[in-house]
Parts: sequence; structure tokens; C-alpha cells
Amino acid sequence: MSEVFTKSMARNIYYGGSAFFILLFLALTFDTASEVPKRDNHEAITEQVALGKKVWEENNCIGCHTLLGEGAYFAPELGNVYTRFGESTEAIIGFIQSRPVEGIPGRRSMPQFNLSDEELQAIAQFLKYVNGINTSGWPPNIQG
Amino acid sequence: MKYQSQAVAKPYFIAAIGLFIGQILFGLIMGMQYVAGDFLFPEIPFNVARMVHTNLLIVWLLFGFMGAAYFLVPEESERELHSPLLAKILFWVFLVAGALTVLGYLLVPYARLAELTMNDLLPTMGREFLEQPTITKIGIVIVALGFVYNIGVTILAGRKTVVSLVLLTGLVGLAVLFLFSFYNPVNVVNDKFYWWWVVHLWVEGVWELILASILAFVLIKVTGVDREVIEKWMYVIIAMALISGLIGTGHHYFWIGAPEYWQWWGSIFSALEPIPFFMMTVFAFNMVNRRRREHPNKAAVLWALGTAVMAFLGAGVWGFLHTLAPVNYYTHGSQLTAAHGHMAFYGAYVMIVLTIISYSMPILRGQKAGSPRAQKVEIWSFWLMTLSMVFITLFLTGAGIQQILLQRYTDNPLPFMVVQDKIEMFYWMREGAGVVFLVGLILYVSAFFVKGGEREEITDSSGMASATSS
Ligand code: HEC
Ligand code: HEM
Ligand code: HEM
Ligand SMILES: [Fe+2]
Repeated sequence: MSEVFTKSMARNIYYGGSAFFILLFLALTFDTASEVPKRDNHEAITEQVALGKKVWEENNCIGCHTLLGEGAYFAPELGNVYTRFGESTEAIIGFIQSRPVEGIPGRRSMPQFNLSDEELQAIAQFLKYVNGINTSGWPPNIQG
Repeated sequence: MKYQSQAVAKPYFIAAIGLFIGQILFGLIMGMQYVAGDFLFPEIPFNVARMVHTNLLIVWLLFGFMGAAYFLVPEESERELHSPLLAKILFWVFLVAGALTVLGYLLVPYARLAELTMNDLLPTMGREFLEQPTITKIGIVIVALGFVYNIGVTILAGRKTVVSLVLLTGLVGLAVLFLFSFYNPVNVVNDKFYWWWVVHLWVEGVWELILASILAFVLIKVTGVDREVIEKWMYVIIAMALISGLIGTGHHYFWIGAPEYWQWWGSIFSALEPIPFFMMTVFAFNMVNRRRREHPNKAAVLWALGTAVMAFLGAGVWGFLHTLAPVNYYTHGSQLTAAHGHMAFYGAYVMIVLTIISYSMPILRGQKAGSPRAQKVEIWSFWLMTLSMVFITLFLTGAGIQQILLQRYTDNPLPFMVVQDKIEMFYWMREGAGVVFLVGLILYVSAFFVKGGEREEITDSSGMASATSS
């Protein structure tokens, strides 16, 4: 780089630029915090949904599945599984409950988690809640 | 070695390489499970293998960064490390905590691990990359604090160079942003929003500062180019990294329930993110072309250039490929994401750690550079690992494009599992490339044990050309 562009100019761009964009990022975050309640389906968050999230996390479902497109790419997207399963929490529960302990020969398998009825209801309600978040039209279709 | 205390870097590097081998073995297990679904089921379910693979990656990269800091900070600061003892203690704390955590993943069901570690008290587990039990996370914070303190005191008491100050900024940022891993609201939108403050602001923010400073350090040493020139480049690169990367976080806020204006902010700013990576490439080649000495460690020079090129390809090119909102609508959470994740992590962070190891290990072992024969083996391993990673990326890109065409960008979308069956071929080829990667890695390790050929003992203390800082 030429001599007209000095190191101290470069340093100033670094300090000034970072400071400015940190502040801008914080401002956008602040605004997001006030906008999110319009889209996040928080009305649906109940004790049961909170338990559902705990079941989701403590069984590491994200280690195989995506949720709203984030996670692992080994198994189907679950952000919209409530819609895909005909808006039936019973169907979701039935699926989770019926996983064979030894897996399905030759097929990618989901573990049998031996969840209690309460936990099954909770995880299904959690998936229903996530299904209701306004994701700007993602995923493109029902297959996720 | 100019300062005795630099020697503490050595166990860090050895641990890093050891865990790297573990990471790749679990990558191969998952690669197998992609094509033979019941492989090792139910003993090692896919999610367990994935946690081990990604957590080992993060942990060994952190070992690498810490080793790099312990090696370069005394040299930059022109004084001994504040406390080599603290560095040794933290090494064992981190290694034991890491090993116990991985054993926990492997030996008990994850839900049981959550129970054993009392996740209820402060639930932080079960989120991608942040699967560690809360107690492990607290351990990481303690290790990070002790480490930053040790490095910070050394830097502030000694000669302050741009390299060491930028490194310190990056390391402090790394530690501070990790604190967001303790924030885990029930509201999924907020959970995801701040989750990215750890993940994105690490790899596309503060880690880039660490990357730039290690790269600058090695280039100063191996090329002998004037420090002033290198520091000016560094400032511009990290300025661009933060200017683009902070708001660039928005490329993860398109479809998680955040306001729609993020589609604009995220697309535009993340589209600028390749710039610092491109500049890094130009910078590295420029410095090597202007070199004032022929450093005997050819392998280290190759790793440094390779880092710049592969980081640009993996982060810059493959990142740009899916970063604009209208494209990301179709690619989000597909195999294309995995393709990019692999090449970006390898090109930027795996390779920079291997660069500093390549440069410093011979010095830590009392030589200036490895013997020509050892270097030859190392250079072979460079090409095997790097080319197989290129192929892993290409195969996953092929898989991703097919997946999108069959499942998303179509009027007759097929179910996920049906599509996965149809693209099995790509996964077989990825597994093949993965095996070659492992061969490259074995060769890499063996290069440390190659004897013979003449060695260049350290005669001068070299490395510094007109070292001044402002
Ligand atoms: C080891 C990987 C793995 C883990 C962990 C896992 N799953 Fe699955 N899951 C799968 C696979 C594979 C399928 C597809 C099964 C099939 O089609 O035969 C699946 C399918 C599903 C489906 C049906 C989706 C559809 O569209 O057909 C639901 C619902 C589901 N999983 C919920 C969960 C929940 C809830 C958890 C956590 C408690 C979980 N899964 C954990 C692998 C996993
Ligand atoms: C140094 C080399 C490697 C690095 C840096 C690396 C890194 C990663 C990362 C970051 C992820 C998470 C992916 C994401 O969320 O997008 C991942 C997942 C994965 N990696 Fe690797 N990996 C490496 C080598 C390998 C190898 C050699 C294989 C096997 C052939 C492999 C197989 C996998 C698989 C199958 C996944 C899971 C993808 C999914 O979620 O479906 N990796 N790896
Ligand atoms: C070295 C730097 C980088 C690394 C290590 C990296 C790594 C990753 C990883 C691992 C993921 C997957 C995260 C997950 O599991 O959900 C990801 C996602 C993503 N990255 Fe990067 N990345 C880097 C730089 C970039 C750059 C420069 C861009 C843009 C130009 C970019 C664009 C994206 C996008 C758009 C996604 C989201 C993909 C999706 O929607 O599924 N990345 N990155
Ligand atoms: Fe990102």
C-alpha cells in the first residue's frame, strides 16, 4: 500500500469503524427486541412449552434435526412438523413413542427416548409453538 | 526459542493434534451413518458422534489458539510469560474437563448427563455447538479468564506490538462473547438470536482478529518484511472484518422470527464479508513475494499461504454463495451449509493453527526448521488434507444442490428421507474423501517423527527485521 495511506490512518479506520458498527449493531438489536413480540408466538409459551423445550434440549434433538433451519442435517426439519403431521400433536407423540430401541435396519434411526407421557405432551406442544413463529414464509414448502 | 517460557506452548500443540485425530475419527463415523443409517446404532447415535466431532473441533482449536498465544506473546513482548505455572495448571484443567465431557457424551445418554450435571439449575445444554454441561461451560470461562489474565499481564508489561494487542483483543472478545452461551430463554426466537452472538461473532468476528495476528506473526518471521507494512495491512483487514461481520450477523436472522429488515442488513453486510478474506490472500502472497530472507521452514510458508487461500474459498466464496436472503431461502439448513461449514473452519482456523504449529514446533524442539525429509512429509500431508477437504466440500455442495432441487425448489417437493436416499452417491464420495483426509492427518503426525537429512540448528535468534511499533 502506498505511503499516502499511513498506518495511523488504517488504525483509525479500525477503531472508528468497529466502534461505529458495534453501536449500530446494538441499536438494531434494541429495535429487534421491541419488534420480536409481534412475530414470536410468545402467547403460546406455557409451563408445558417450557418443559417441552427442556425435553428438546436434554435429549439433544438438535443433534440430528434442524429447527427453523438450524442444527444438524441428518433428519427432517421439525420447525414445521406440526403442519406436516396434519396439525396433530398426537401424531407427533405417536411417532416419537414408536421408535424401536434397536433402530430400523439399514435406515437412519431415531433413538427410543422412553419419555413420560407428560414429557411427550410437552415436546409436542413445544413443536406446535415453534410452528407458530412467523418465519417470513420459510420453509419453502411442507417438506421443510 | 528466545524465551524459556515459550516452552509451555508445546503441550498445548500436542493436545490439539491429539484431539484433532479424535475429531476426524468421529467425522468418519458420521459419514458412515449418512449412508448406512444403522451403523453403530444404538451405541453411538448420530447426535452423539456429531457432538464429539464438533466439540473436539472447538476445543482443539482453542488449545491451538492458546498455544499460539503462549508462543508468540513472549517473543512480541520481549519478556518471559507472566506465569508459566498458571499456563501449565490451566492446560491440565482444560484437558481433563474436555476429556470428561467427551466421555460423558459417549458413556451415558445425554439426558442422563444433563441430570448428573444438574442442568436444571442453569439450563444451557442441548443447543448446537453449546452442548457442554453447564459445569463444563463454567470451567471454560475460568480457564479463559486465567489464560487472558496471564497473556494480558505479559503483553501490558512488555513491548506492545500491533500483533499482540490485536491478538489480545480477539482473545478477550472470545471469552466475553462465550458468556452469551449462558443465556437460554424459553422464547426460541430470542434463544436463537443470541446463540449467534457466540457462534457467528466468534468465527466471523473476534476469531478473525486471532487469525490475522497469528498469520501476521508468522509472515513477519518467515519473510522478514518490515513490521510497519504488515501492521498496516493487518489494521485494514481486521477493520473490514468487523465492519462487515458485525451487522453481517443478520444473515442468520432471515427465517428465525426476527424482523424482516434483517434480510436487507444481513444480505448487504455479509456480502462484504469476503473482502477481508480476499485481502488476507493478497496480503500473504504479497509479503511472501517481497520476502527479504529464505526461511528454511518451507512447510510453514506453505501453510501460511494455504490458510489465506482456503479461508477465502471456504468463508469468502462458499459463504457468499448462500448469504443473500433470496438464495438462503432455499439453501438454509441444507447440505450446502455443511459444505461451507467444513471448508471455512478448515481453511481459516484449522489451517492457521497448523501454520503456527508448523512454524513453532521445530523451534520448540531446538531446531530452526524440520529436516528436509520431515518437511517433505509435512508438505505431502498439507496437500492430502487440503485437497480432500476441497473434495468433501464439492461433494457436499453437489448433495446440497440436489437436495434443494428435489425438496425445495420444485413444484413436487419430496420428503426429506426420500431425498436423502436419492443423493446417497454424494455421501459415499464424501466418505471416501474423508478417508483420504485421515491418511493426510496420519502423515502429518508422522512428520514429527521423521529422522534424518541434515537439520538446521538454531544459530541466530532471527525473526525480527526492524521491529518497531507505535
Ligand atoms: C440420532 C438422531 C436423532 C435424534 C437425536 C432425534 N431424532 Fe427425530 N428423527 C431422526 C430420524 C433419522 C428421523 C426420520 C425417521 C424416519 O423417517 O424413519 C426422525 C424423525 C422425527 C420426526 C418425524 C419427522 C417427519 O417429518 O417424519 C419427529 C417428530 C422427530 N424425529 C422428533 C424428534 C424429537 C422430539 C427428538 C428429541 C427428543 C428427536 N427427534 C431426536 C433422528 C433423530
Ligand atoms: C478438519 C476437518 C473438519 C472440520 C473442520 C469439520 C467441521 C465440521 C463442522 C463445523 C460441522 C458442523 C456442520 C454444520 O453445522 O454445518 C461438522 C459436521 C459434520 N462433519 Fe465435519 N469436519 C471436518 C472433517 C470431517 C470429515 C473428514 C468428515 C467425514 C468424512 C466429516 C463429517 C461430518 C459430518 C457427517 C457432519 C454432520 C453434518 C450434519 O449435521 O448432518 N467432517 N464438521
Ligand atoms: C472463517 C469463517 C467462517 C466460518 C468458520 C463459518 C462457519 C459456518 C458454519 C459452521 C455454519 C453453520 C452453522 C450452523 O450449524 O447452523 C455457517 C453458516 C453460514 N455461514 Fe459461515 N462461516 C464463516 C464465514 C462466513 C462468511 C464470510 C459468510 C458470508 C459471506 C458466511 C455465510 C454463512 C451463512 C449465510 C450461513 C447460514 C447457512 C444456513 O442458512 O444454513 N460464513 N458458517
Ligand atoms: Fe455467519
